[in-house]
Amino acid sequence: MADDHCFHLDLGSRFENIELVQVVLREALVRFGMDEDARHWVDVAVREAIANAIKHGNAQNPEKKVHVDLSLDGDELVIRVGDEGPGFDPALIHDPLAPENLLRPNGRGIFYMKSFMDEIHYGTRPGGGTLVTLKKKVTRVQDNPEGHREEGTEWK
Amino acid sequence: MEVKNREKNGVTILDLKGKITIGAGEIALRNAVQDAINSGAKNLVINMSGVTTIDSSGVGELVSAYTTTMNRGAKLKLACLPNKVQDILVITQLITVFDVFDTEEEAVASFAA
Repeated sequence: MADDHCFHLDLGSRFENIELVQVVLREALVRFGMDEDARHWVDVAVREAIANAIKHGNAQNPEKKVHVDLSLDGDELVIRVGDEGPGFDPALIHDPLAPENLLRPNGRGIFYMKSFMDEIHYGTRPGGGTLVTLKKKVTRVQDNPEGHREEGTEWK
Repeated sequence: MEVKNREKNGVTILDLKGKITIGAGEIALRNAVQDAINSGAKNLVINMSGVTTIDSSGVGELVSAYTTTMNRGAKLKLACLPNKVQDILVITQLITVFDVFDTEEEAVASFAA
C-alpha cells in the first residue's frame, strides 16, 4: 500500500480541528481500501483520541499542539495522537460500565477507543505529553464486499 | 448539529440532525433540552434519525439530558436510532437506561400508556 497516503498533522487545540483530521483520515482510509463500517469506527476512535488530547492533555490551550500520525504497517493501520500536556495515568480512569458509573456524563472516551480498535497503548511523547497509539487491522472492501458486519459479529 | 423543536399530542419532539460531538454538537443538544424544560415541557422525545455520528461527549450529553429531565420531573425518550447510534448505546450499556423506540409515533404514544 502506498506510503503517500500516510500523513502527519500538527493541530491547534481547538475542537473544530477534529473535523479537519476526519477529512484527511477518511480519504486515507478509503485509499487503503478499508470498508465503510470499519472506516466509521476508526473515525470515531480517532475522534476520541484527539478530543482527549485537546481537552485533557492540552487543556484547550491554543498555544499547545496536537500531533497526529497515520501510517500503514503491512495490513495494520497505526495512528498516533500526541499532546503537550502533563501526561496522565490511564489506570485512574473509571470503568464506564460499572453500575455506579453508568449515569456519569464523562469517562467513555478510552472505552470507545478500546472498543473500536484492535490495540491501544499509552506512552509519553518525546519532549513530554501523552502519546496514544491506536492499531487496527485493515479489512479491505474485497474482504467484506457489502461493507458492513455480518449478523451476530462484534465490531472490531 | 441542527436541532428543531416541535410538538405532537402534547409531547415535545427534538429533531437532531448531524453530529452530536464534543464542542458545538453537545452544546446544541444541552441548550435544546434546557430550553424545552425551561419552557415547561414534561414529555420529551429526541428523534435521532438524522444523527450521523455520536462521540463519547455526545453520549455524555444524552445522559445529562436524561438525568436533567428526570430531576425536573419530566420524561425523556429516544426514537429512531440509526444503527450506529444504537450500537454505541448497546456497547456502553446505556440502552438499558434509556427508553428507546423504533418510531416517533411509538415514543409519543408511550407517554399515554
